[in-house]
Order: sequence, then structure tokens, then C-alpha cells
Amino acid sequence: MSPIVLAVFFPFVSALIVPILFKVLRRIHTGWFVLAVPVLLFGFFIRFYPIDGPEDIVVQSAAWIPRLDIEFAIVLDSLSLLFALLITGMGCLVVLYSIFYLSKEREALHNFYVYLLLFMGSMLGAVLSDHMLVLYTFWELTSISSFLLIAYWYQRRNSRYGALKSLLITMTGGFAMLLGMLMLRAATGTYSIRGTIALADTLAEHPLFVPAMALILLGAFAKSAQFPFHIWLPDAMEAPTPISAYLHSATMVKAGIYLVARLTPIFGGHPEWSWSIAIVGLLTLLWGSFTAIRQVDLKAMLAFSTVSQLGLIMSLLGVGSMALAPDAANGQAVLLSGAVAAALFHLVNHSIFKGCLFMVIGILDHELGTRDIRRLGGLAAVMPVSFTLTVIGAFSMAGLPPFGGFISKEMFFTGMLDAYRTLEGWTLLLPAVAWLASVLTFVYCMILVFRVFTGPKPEELPDKPPHEAAFGMLISPSVLAAAVVLLFFAPNVLSGTILKPSMRAILPQAAEAADGFHVHLAPWHGLTTEVGMTAGVVLAGAYLYRRRHWLERVRDFVPWRWTLNRLFDRTLAGMERISLKFTRFYMTGFTGHYYAYIFGFLILLAGGALLALEAWQFDFSDNAPVELYEYALGISIVASAVYMLFTRSRIASIIALSAIGYLVALLFIIFRAPDLALTQFVVETISTALFLLCFVFWPKLKDEDVRMPFRVTRLLVSVGTGAVVTLIGLAAIAPRPFESIARFFENSDELAGARNIVNAILVDFRGFDTMLEIVVLFMAGLGVYSLIRFGREGRKDG
Amino acid sequence: MRFTNVILQTATKVIVFIILTFALQVLFSGHHNPGGGFVGGLVTASAIILLMLAYDSRTVRDVLPVHFRRLGAFGILIAVLTGCAAMLAGSPFLDQVFSHVELPLIGDMELASAILFDVGVFFTVIGTTMTIISAISEDE
Repeated sequence: MSPIVLAVFFPFVSALIVPILFKVLRRIHTGWFVLAVPVLLFGFFIRFYPIDGPEDIVVQSAAWIPRLDIEFAIVLDSLSLLFALLITGMGCLVVLYSIFYLSKEREALHNFYVYLLLFMGSMLGAVLSDHMLVLYTFWELTSISSFLLIAYWYQRRNSRYGALKSLLITMTGGFAMLLGMLMLRAATGTYSIRGTIALADTLAEHPLFVPAMALILLGAFAKSAQFPFHIWLPDAMEAPTPISAYLHSATMVKAGIYLVARLTPIFGGHPEWSWSIAIVGLLTLLWGSFTAIRQVDLKAMLAFSTVSQLGLIMSLLGVGSMALAPDAANGQAVLLSGAVAAALFHLVNHSIFKGCLFMVIGILDHELGTRDIRRLGGLAAVMPVSFTLTVIGAFSMAGLPPFGGFISKEMFFTGMLDAYRTLEGWTLLLPAVAWLASVLTFVYCMILVFRVFTGPKPEELPDKPPHEAAFGMLISPSVLAAAVVLLFFAPNVLSGTILKPSMRAILPQAAEAADGFHVHLAPWHGLTTEVGMTAGVVLAGAYLYRRRHWLERVRDFVPWRWTLNRLFDRTLAGMERISLKFTRFYMTGFTGHYYAYIFGFLILLAGGALLALEAWQFDFSDNAPVELYEYALGISIVASAVYMLFTRSRIASIIALSAIGYLVALLFIIFRAPDLALTQFVVETISTALFLLCFVFWPKLKDEDVRMPFRVTRLLVSVGTGAVVTLIGLAAIAPRPFESIARFFENSDELAGARNIVNAILVDFRGFDTMLEIVVLFMAGLGVYSLIRFGREGRKDG
Repeated sequence: MRFTNVILQTATKVIVFIILTFALQVLFSGHHNPGGGFVGGLVTASAIILLMLAYDSRTVRDVLPVHFRRLGAFGILIAVLTGCAAMLAGSPFLDQVFSHVELPLIGDMELASAILFDVGVFFTVIGTTMTIISAISEDE
């Protein structure tokens, strides 16, 4: 197996060991062991850095389900490497931070780190897979691990609500994405993303092209919290802060952005793709930043800020993808492709400064016991380090020098201005909306810094006296803050080695035409329009911040009745109501009804299959003569069955039923099926014992007073079942419409080294079936157990 | 409800071991002769049920301190892990292998990964059957 595939599975395997470490070595914080995983992985992936040209791209694969054309195809190009480094790098810092954030005495650390590692592995898998279905699997695994992490404090009602909401929204999107991918497969005949990109030119003619695009975008938007799916992200803030910093700002929410970037070579040249991404992105940017201002909970503010920043990156990708439009002139394409560079650079920037901010908010929450803005103030003197870190993070987010965010904000303006300059139509709106949203961003950044850390002490003091955090907790945000400053003074650390090759991955066609991109980032380009726009942002933002009393009044701008959250809640409640009604309609609680459904379906399906396959033919010419004892057995079976129907005693009917079972086993012996006979005997013995156990609970047999129509239904169902099963039996010996597969199994000794064909089929040829069967069997056992054990308790409660 | 049947109990003490031995025989002979994990598991379960009928479920729990739900999960784990082992060797999930080795005294011996898988089935069947039966029998 190839090393990168092993690297993806490394977190999953480590997750198995974590609970043992937690139980055995309780005195050492489990996080220290877990820390090794992202550190090792980061070291592993950094070896591939930089992936410059196409010759450096690593392609590895491992077989998974070859029959279904599913394999672990890994393609490590620059874009994937960027994400892999983000995931593992942020992973190191977040795990280090969590060691000090989560107490080893009080918290269920084994759960926390198992989920965290599960996430890390699945996210790595998602960004490295080239096979769409494997990508989808990992994609949904990240949703599941996010669900588990949000509900980490599952005793809290809000945690459970937030977890469920995020799961429902991202999984619905994921399902749409799966449909889109299957449509692409139908159009191209391949699951490979690279293969699909190679066919991109001819693909556009296919009728499924636009539906597939829309469905995949739905998945990406839901995952990356774009309007109107953004409502899950603020509720996801119920997770512990390290998780908010890791999943819900740096990595998982960027999966949608990754998908859009990854698939841009397929869809990029089409205006539907570019404009829907650009418009949804800008809308999200504006709405997110507007809503962020109105928040009083610091984490909620950061959540909406993440929503808006994700919208920013998304809109840049939308604008940048227009570089692939067939009618784009060469110069125009180069200008527009600058937006993609901005998107990638801002993606890195955002992960860094938002991670830093989340960690500082976590420190406030941890040390003061509150995140409510109204209860915080004047903390700069007591928490100088946290204050400095917040200033760096927030100023970078606001787009001020000398921080990395300044450069990416300028690039954002440039991208939008270039779109305005090169495209026709109402494109002035792009830079206008970008500017307005930046003003709003500036305002909440200022609230974050000055409202919390300066000004008078609040009247209602926090629960704990303010003090600076432990040294260990400050390490991770300080590293991130240092990176924020570094990215301002040396932005070209990234530009040549990772941005340029990643752009080639996103816009391959434009890269060929333009003979490679030239990316050079600089803090200062002279007095450009962008600088003017930034100055305007600062002035207008400062004015609005001064006038924020006015803003507090907008807090209830949208009445609750009209919000998306209410729509979500109402839809969910409505769906529950309808499904309850529907379920009540057929789940009557009468076993008789259930048997009628089961056997009714048997008649329809099996009988229907007999008809449809034209297996309705019989041939008795080849039959062996029926011997006397076979007659005897058959008559005994029929007699027992008839007796069972008409006896009035339960015990007699149980004995009659067992007699049928044993007689059938005898038949198996006569027809030389020792495996079946053996199993049948033991099953009969055990089920008789089961009947005896249940015997006490049964009511006496009595004449049931049932209505005539129901009796007729019963008669029809039972006679029909008997007829269909008999017909299947008779048809089985007739000449078949298709070839028998029995020949294959006859080679079991050669193929599986087993002389018992039955067993070789069970454990080898059809091993997968058997594995799932024992899982189902075990789940049924657990179901019986919980019905008996907890059903009673539940009834007591109710 | 506690009833004592001396003949049944005395006979059970002997018979249970015969049944259990037979169960193991059935399990491991399944590769070439009638038998296998499923039947083996059921036979084992029937031995335990016989114990329960002759004595009572509490005595059986003292004699056999096995957590049956965990046993069932353990069986599934074995089955899945044998499947994963095949993946580590580079073959598809659940690909079974076999080879012949020459052992002293015993002679030619076949080692098949399918048997390990069957052991997983065996444990799952015991675990599930006993979970159901003890749940019903302990229900007041």
C-alpha cells in the first residue's frame, strides 16, 4: 500500500489506540499522545513541498472495491498539499491548545480525541482523493465527526440542537453533491476527477451537465456555510473552542471551497458556475458581516464573521473562474485569474487569523467564564498578551497593515475591480458590495478589540476575576499571530511555491494559454484605487463604530418570524409530524397486520419476478421417482401443519411446529444436504427453547372476533404465499432463462482451499454478505435486548 | 422460580461438555465437512441454554461470566479485521487466503484465513443468541 494512503489512515488507526491510552495512562493528558499524529503527518506532507510542475504531482492508489470501479486514488497536487498542510498544521496547534483548554480530570478526553482524529483523517482523505465516491465518503465522514464534536457536551440541549442542525444541512448538501457526481459519471463514464477534467471540453454538451453543476454547488455551499445554508455554523459554536477554531473556521468549512476550486477546471468556463458562486459568495459576505455586528456573544460574532469570510473566498473563486470562459481574451483571463490567487492567499490568511481569534476568545471564555460582550470590558490591562493577540488577529481580519490580511484584502479589491473593468453589465456592484462588506467587517473587528479590551469595566462582572491565561494556552495563538505578521512582510513565501502551482491546478486551461501565471505579492503597490478603498473602509468604519448605538438598534432588524432559522425549525417539526402520521397509519401494533404486509410483498415481488422473467415454465420429465419414505415425510409435514392450525392448545401447536422443522431436516438429510440439516436441527432446538421461555407471557388462545374483510385478506395472503413459494420451487428445477452460477462454486477446493462448498460460499465467495449478515443479526439481538430491557422502563416513565 | 431436577442436572454436567466439544469440532471442520461458524455458534448456544434449563440463569451467569453483547461485538470485530488484514496485504477487502504447511506428527495442515473469519461468525452467533435468550429469560 502506498505511503500517502497509509498517511490518510494513520489518524483512524491512532483513534483506536486513544481510548486505551486514556484509560491506562490517566495521569498524562491524552492530548500529548494525540499531538504526535498531526506533527508526524505535517512532517510527512511537508516533504512534498513544493509541488511545482505537473511532474511533481504524486499519484498513488490502493484497491478498494475493484468490481465497482472504486479505488483509493490519491492525487497530491499543489492544491491538495495546501489543504493537507493546513489540516495537519492547524491540527498540531489546536491539539496543543486543547491540552490546556480541556481538563484531564473532568472531561471525556477519549471521546474528544477519537472524534478529532476521525475528523483529521477524513478531511485529509477528502482533499486527497481523486475518486469522486471516495471523496464523497470522506466528505460525509467529516460531517459525522463534526456532528460528534459539536455534541461533545451532549448533556446540553443547545449542543444537541446545533449538532443535529449542522448534520442535517451539510448531509442534505452532501447528498445533492453525490447525485451531481453520479450524473457526471453518467456523462463521462469515469469517477476520477482528473479523468473528468480531461473530458471537460465535450462534457458541456451533455444534458446532465447543468443539473450536475447545480447539485454539486449545493453540496459545496451547504458545507461552506454559504447563504442561505449558513444557519448551521453559528449553532455549531456549541462545540468546545478548539473545535470551533479547527473545524468550523480553518478546515472543514473550507471543504466546500476546496471542492469548488477542484472542480473549476470542469465547470469554470460557464457563466452559470461563475456567476452563481460569485453572487452567492458576495451575498454571504454582506449578510454575514452585517449579522456579525449585531451579535453579543463573541463566538457567535466570530461564527458570522467566518460565514462572511467564506463568502469572500467563494466570490473570488467565482470571479476567478471566469478566466476560463471561452470568449475571455488572454489579458482578461490573466487579470481575472488574479482573483484565484487572492482566494487562495486569503484562505490561508483566514485560517491563521481566525484560528488565532478563536483561541483568544476561548481563553476569555476559559478564564472569565463568559463570552458576553456586555459583561466584558477594560481587559487590556489584566490580559496584555491576549489583548495583543486579538489586535493582531482582528486588524488582520479588518485588512489593516502590517498584517497578512491587508494584502489579501487589497487583492480582494483588485479582483473585484478587475472584474468590473473587464466584464460588462452591472459589474460595478461587485466592488461596491465588497467595499460595503469590508466596512461592516471593520466595525465588528473594532468591537472585538475595543469593546472587550478597553473602556470602562462592565457593571455586571464576569463570574471569575480576570487574569491572564496559562502560558501553554498562549503558545498556539502566538504562533498564529506571528504567522499573521510574517505573511505581511514575506508574502512571497507562499506565492511562488504554492499559490502559483495551485492556480495552475484550478485554471489549467488559462495557465496553458498564458504560459504560466506570474504571482508576486507585495504590501505596497503605490497609490492605487485599492488603497483608496481601504482608506475609505477605515474612515467609514470608524464613523460607524463611533455611532454603534445606532447599530444596536438594528439588532432586531429581522423579526424572528421571518428568519431562516425559524423556517428550518418549522420544516423539521412539520416533517416529523407528517412522518409520524404516516407511520401511525400502517404501524398498527397488530402482528397480524405486519404479517399481511410482509407476505403481501413477498407475493408481489417474488410472483412478479416469476412473471417478469418468464420463469413460468415447468418441466417434470427429468424428475427422480418419489420414494415411499419421501411420501411419508411429506404427508407427516402436511398433517402437522394442519394440526397446528386447528389445535386449541398453545403447547400442542408449538410441538407441531417443531415437528415440521425436524421433518424438514430429515428431508434435507435424505436429499444429501448435511449442512442444511445440521443447521435446521440446531435452529429448531433453540427456537423450541425460546418458545418455552416466552410461554409464560402468552395469552390463552381464544376465538378471535375479526371482521369478514380481514378474514378474506388473511385467506388471500396465506393462499397466495403458499402458491408463490410452491411455484418458485417448481420453477427452480425447470430449464432456466439464465445460466447457472453453480459451476463456479464447484471449484471451491481450488479457489478457496475448502472442500465444503456451502462453507466456502459463506465465508469466502460471498464473505461480504456474511459479514453484513452477522452485523444485522447482532443488531437484531441488540434490538430485542433493548426492547425488553428499556422498553419496560420507558413504559414506566410514560 | 427455582426448581431442582437432579437427573437433569447431573446429566447436563456431562452432556454440556460433549456438546461444547462437538461445537468446536463443527466449527473447525466446516472448512471441508458439514459445519461452520454459524452452526457451531448455535450448538454452543444450545449447550448454554441446556445449562440454563437445568439450573437457572443466575447460576449460569456465575459459572460463565461472559458478557454476551460484548462477545457478539467482538465476533464482528474479528470478521472485519480479517477483511482488513487482506487490505493490508494489498488485496481487496475480505479476500481470503490459504496455504498448506507440513507440521511434525500431524502432517499436512491447511491454514486458511477463512477459518478466522468463521470464528468471528461463531462468536457473533453465540453473542446474539445468548443476548436474546438471557434478555427474555431475565425479564420479570
